[in-house]
Amino acid sequence: MSEGTAVAHEMRPAAERKAFIERSLVQLTLVRFREFWREPEAVFWVFVFPMLLAGGLGIAFRNRPADVIKIAAVGPQLAGALRADKGLSVEQVDVAAGEQALRAGRIVLLAVPAANGGVTFRYDDTNPDGRAAKLVVDRAVQRAAGARDAVAVTDDFVREPGSRYIDFLVPGLVGTNLMGSGIWGIGFTIVDARRKKLLKRLIASPMPRWQYLLSFLLSRLALLYIEIAAVVGFGVLVFGVPVRGPLWELALLCLLSSISFSTLGLLVASRAQTMEAASGLMNLVMLPMWIFSGVFFSADRFPNVFQPFVRALPLTAVIDAMRGSMLQGAHLSQLGPQLAVITCWMILCFFTALKLFRWK
Amino acid sequence: MPISPSQLPVCVHGLRKTYSDVVAVDGLDLEVRQGECFGLLGPNGAGKTTTIEICEGLTAPDAGTVELLGLRWETSAAELRQRLGVQLQETQLSEKLTVEETLRLFRSFYRRGPAVSEVIAMVQLEEKQNSRVGSLSGGQKQRLALACALVGDPDLLFLDEPTTGLDPQARRQLWDLIERFKTEGRTIILTTHYMDEAERLCERVAVMDHGKVIALGTPRELIASIGAEHMVEFAVDGIAPLDLAALEKLDGVRVAHCQNGGYQLQVTVLHRAVPALFDELARNRIPLTELRTHSATLEDVFVSLTGRHLRDE
Repeated sequence: MSEGTAVAHEMRPAAERKAFIERSLVQLTLVRFREFWREPEAVFWVFVFPMLLAGGLGIAFRNRPADVIKIAAVGPQLAGALRADKGLSVEQVDVAAGEQALRAGRIVLLAVPAANGGVTFRYDDTNPDGRAAKLVVDRAVQRAAGARDAVAVTDDFVREPGSRYIDFLVPGLVGTNLMGSGIWGIGFTIVDARRKKLLKRLIASPMPRWQYLLSFLLSRLALLYIEIAAVVGFGVLVFGVPVRGPLWELALLCLLSSISFSTLGLLVASRAQTMEAASGLMNLVMLPMWIFSGVFFSADRFPNVFQPFVRALPLTAVIDAMRGSMLQGAHLSQLGPQLAVITCWMILCFFTALKLFRWK
Repeated sequence: MPISPSQLPVCVHGLRKTYSDVVAVDGLDLEVRQGECFGLLGPNGAGKTTTIEICEGLTAPDAGTVELLGLRWETSAAELRQRLGVQLQETQLSEKLTVEETLRLFRSFYRRGPAVSEVIAMVQLEEKQNSRVGSLSGGQKQRLALACALVGDPDLLFLDEPTTGLDPQARRQLWDLIERFKTEGRTIILTTHYMDEAERLCERVAVMDHGKVIALGTPRELIASIGAEHMVEFAVDGIAPLDLAALEKLDGVRVAHCQNGGYQLQVTVLHRAVPALFDELARNRIPLTELRTHSATLEDVFVSLTGRHLRDE
């Protein structure tokens, strides 16, 4: 190697054959893995945080059998009458203390005897718990006064996995996770490399540029299945969340979603020079999706005028498709509109990013 | 012997580059010979980095031609990248990777070159081979950056301010390494604003200012061109300024300047000029408060060409 003289470049040996591990695409992808695993925070946010969130929310919103409603009543007579109902937890109070408890949210309804022998219910009619409490308390008051049901009814409880809040939540968290790791994972690494002039150094070498970008997608693919397995596995093992669709279709869906979010990450990172700029852009992109895409509650709750916008967001499409596949056992062929939205975003972001991307 | 342009490793003509309203490079010509270490010397903002980045194919010039190893960027970029070694100013390599992993990555981009362990030995980082880049000292990081430039066994090596920001010991260590590569016959282009670095490492130097080459030659030729071999700097007590014309008439003195509240004399014959200066001051009863002499350097060349210091501003 060292006899670099005037004729050195005419006498160069032919390019050597490289072992698989020495190929540039393999090395670039390995670097992505190393950088990820050696960043403890990234590992926490990608793997541990979604599990903690699912666990916490799963416990907070667990379906409690015979959920008791907390109310208060003024006067021993009314309180005694209401205590006869097993679905109610009744506190006997004076009016001032009752109103205080109502404002603080410790009770959802305050029953006050009226001068005419009737009863006044104080509650917030926009709170579903308040309305439910009103129905139950009303029934208890009427029964205590001797009212009888005109039609005999019996309860048949349905508490099947698939219709609980946790079942709704896990696909939402999977979608959010795919979005987060796609956008943060790719965006930050690229902007950081640009800021440190590492991108510039890399393009001064013979590295094929497409391989650099591809290495991000390849490393996402591998990490993707680990993180999906962690979140879905947690849901299945701890809460018995169902996975009704075929697993390979769910895997394919995750793959497509992850690539789509990764191209969005690439687009966000295509110009930004500083971490602050990148972080602002990422929040701008992700915040609307966290709010509108139905992670924690159904996106159907937004008014109809918003629906076209809500439906066009990639995260809405991803979460809808996840829920369809996991909860309803829908096949990919039945998820056409969602897949179309995801694919459109992928193509749009990828080509825009290619056009805008700055290596320096 | 006349050399045809295609035999020169580096041949740059009429290079121009303007950034919005600043002319960074203004009609620059450069020729670098096979196996020489060529220095671009100049203050910050002189256009050194822009010039070297145009040569490295990272910046497109507004006008002019660049021919490296007989190839041009427009037609042979992939081939050129294989044959150039590049060290950029202030690149931060990934801190999470080890020295060896970093070099394995860079090595994978090149068709051929030394083994990673050989390159690590070349830059004397054997003990740090498995350490994270983040834990290296400034000098070790610079040596790693140099190693990244060497993994492809380059025919032409570009070093942009390789020792800026290093302590004197680390600089000397890096100089030793660069000197060893020179003995292997590689052609090197290096930018610096340290004149001692250019004097020590470079066969030829182009002094740049405001995007132009204002002097070109070996360090010895450039120093000889100012016609004085020594510099005498002194300061005196008293407010009244000395008569510069009288100082220039002293035996062995060529030019006299005022500088930073003191005086500087460019001197051809030191052992006659200094006694003459003492006599002159004693005759006028002016007490001397400070006296320094040194051999003329490239810094003095720059000062005599521009009236400014290299590290002014």
